[in-house]
Amino acid sequence: MSAADWRKAMNAGAGRYAWAGGAAGRRAAARPAAQPSSRGEEAIAGGAAAWARWIARRVRARHLLVLLAVLVYPWVATPFFTFQIGAQALALGLIALSLTFLAGYGGMVSLAQMTVAGIAGYMYAIFATSGTDISLRWPWGLAVVLALVIATICATLIGWFSVRTEGIYTIMITLAIGVAFYYLAQQNYSLFNGFQGFQSVMTPAVAGVELRAPIPFYYLALFWSLAGYFFVSYLLRAPFGVALQGIRDNPRRMSALGFNVTAHRVAAYAVAGVLAAIGGILMVWYNGLVSPGSVGTGWLINILIIAVLGGMRHPIGAFVGAIVFVLLQNFAVDLVGRERFNLLIGGVFLVIVLFSPDGVLGWWTQARQYLRTQLNRGPAAAPTQRRGQ
Amino acid sequence: MSLFWRWFWGLVVGVPAAAFVVWGLADNPKLFLTTGMNGLTLAALYFLVASGFTLVFGLMRNVNLAHGSLYLLGAYVGYVVGDRTGSWLMAVAAGFASAALFGLVLQVAVFRFMHGEDLRQTLVTIGLSIMMADILLWIFGGEIYQFDPPRAIYGRTLLPIVEVYPTYRLVLLAMSAAIGVLLWWFLNRTRVGMMIRAGVDDRAMLSAAGVNVQFVFAITFAIGAGLAGFAGVVGGTALSIAPGEDTRYQLASLVVVIVGGMGSVVGAAIGAILIGVAEQFGLAYAPTYSVVFTFVIMALVLAFRPQGILGRRA
Repeated sequence: MSAADWRKAMNAGAGRYAWAGGAAGRRAAARPAAQPSSRGEEAIAGGAAAWARWIARRVRARHLLVLLAVLVYPWVATPFFTFQIGAQALALGLIALSLTFLAGYGGMVSLAQMTVAGIAGYMYAIFATSGTDISLRWPWGLAVVLALVIATICATLIGWFSVRTEGIYTIMITLAIGVAFYYLAQQNYSLFNGFQGFQSVMTPAVAGVELRAPIPFYYLALFWSLAGYFFVSYLLRAPFGVALQGIRDNPRRMSALGFNVTAHRVAAYAVAGVLAAIGGILMVWYNGLVSPGSVGTGWLINILIIAVLGGMRHPIGAFVGAIVFVLLQNFAVDLVGRERFNLLIGGVFLVIVLFSPDGVLGWWTQARQYLRTQLNRGPAAAPTQRRGQ
Repeated sequence: MSLFWRWFWGLVVGVPAAAFVVWGLADNPKLFLTTGMNGLTLAALYFLVASGFTLVFGLMRNVNLAHGSLYLLGAYVGYVVGDRTGSWLMAVAAGFASAALFGLVLQVAVFRFMHGEDLRQTLVTIGLSIMMADILLWIFGGEIYQFDPPRAIYGRTLLPIVEVYPTYRLVLLAMSAAIGVLLWWFLNRTRVGMMIRAGVDDRAMLSAAGVNVQFVFAITFAIGAGLAGFAGVVGGTALSIAPGEDTRYQLASLVVVIVGGMGSVVGAAIGAILIGVAEQFGLAYAPTYSVVFTFVIMALVLAFRPQGILGRRA
């Protein structure tokens, strides 16, 4: 990381949001609409008008198109596509989003995100109702809250351990933690019910609507995925996210600037933990079961594959990757047969890693730039490339 | 760390450990010693796998997450050769050679082109390990294979207190110790070993001194991979070979190297003994929580010595 790169990264944040001005500056910048000072005052005065202008500037036709498409999707697709493809991709995408946030913006590649999701799933199964006697049969709302809280605490602890290390060491330690939890869940019968795990975990019904039915579940997953997506997009522009990206690019300088590097990193793990935990509860409702197999090495790696497939430079990459992954998973049967799915996904992953480090999103960016140069025949807009980890 | 803290932590860890040893010996000496022997033989196996892993990492800063796959590859190739020729020694040689050759191809054809890109190399090895595991499963199926070692090393040996113990495990222990000594000799007494050590310390300087660094890399990768393949046959004889063993040994070598310190062969030996012994005692005395012991060791090392017991700051 050269000094010039660092300055570029920092200026991108500081110029737009003026967050460096201490606590007061930070509070002002915490609003999503906060602009460089003159516009900021305007925003306070303008109120609704400023919001409308902000929306008009930020929202493009393709955003509305995607939103419309995901909203209409279950009404045109078959239940199989709604549930097996759509809802599963959204839930997996949410877990992968937590990794994209950690790895793409925090520079910490954690393989334990599926473990956090699995802990949330296990905790939900333990507190709520399932086909096993260990389950406490408490109300599902309480179980969800407890599961989220416990999973987030675990994620924070995992983060607290892993931030002692950097780079590849983080991958190794989070992988070791993840696999340790897998073996614990497999060996322990008193709490995790060993190899079998929890079967027929009850999915709640709200106001007579069975949440596990394809369309309600799809919208549930869609709601939380959109919430997670917008939350991450917002957070990345908030002082915390900008500081996190600064830490990714140069921890020593951020430390010299007075930022508590460790605290920011652990907080990033906690935030990612919340996202993964929500995804984990969605996954346990989707599957109706949670077992050591759902937190095995295969799934730990699959989350990484999803995030890398989509591309880690933008939060949407996690969902793009999840869609590709789920489609491959479901239709690999027709291509190579069910047994050879791992070979296919491993090959696709290898091709992406070798030839397109930015995943599918990288192709999209390249294609757009190519089209732009072809159409304009002039100098293309300077590529605003953010530095990957 | 000041002298006080050294003593403090020494006591905090040492006293319960000593109490456990005394209790274990008084309670059931046979179980205790058998478990200890099992722990040491497992440690021997872990050392064989992890020493190659740590060597490759120390020199090339490349976390080879396909190291477990090399173990499995060596084991399967060794099985096929052993089955055809009927010679266990041929199987061992074939396991070493096939894994070393594969490692060499990997280094020359893949890793050479992404030098310095740690994360990318790691991702590539993950992709490779997924594919290799599936290809091996495709060829060999899900069955469990077992080797047929020579009669001389496959009987039982009478030992005091432990009574009978499989001879092969003692042989494994001796073999691992021999490999350790051999590795030490190679690294400390030969010219190539000297280059490897110099490369671990300062790669750029070694290159500037006129050494063909790519050649040193290739040799190291081949030896590290070969050791994994060797361990595949040797370990497959003590236990068995089946799909999923790659992940198990990959994880074991990860933990051993995290505990022992990256890039240090002696550290790998210490880490292997700690982890192997803890795992076996855990299995014998607290079966449902055995993995917790491994994890606690790792967590303690990370908390107080993040670079590993014999590791240096990267």
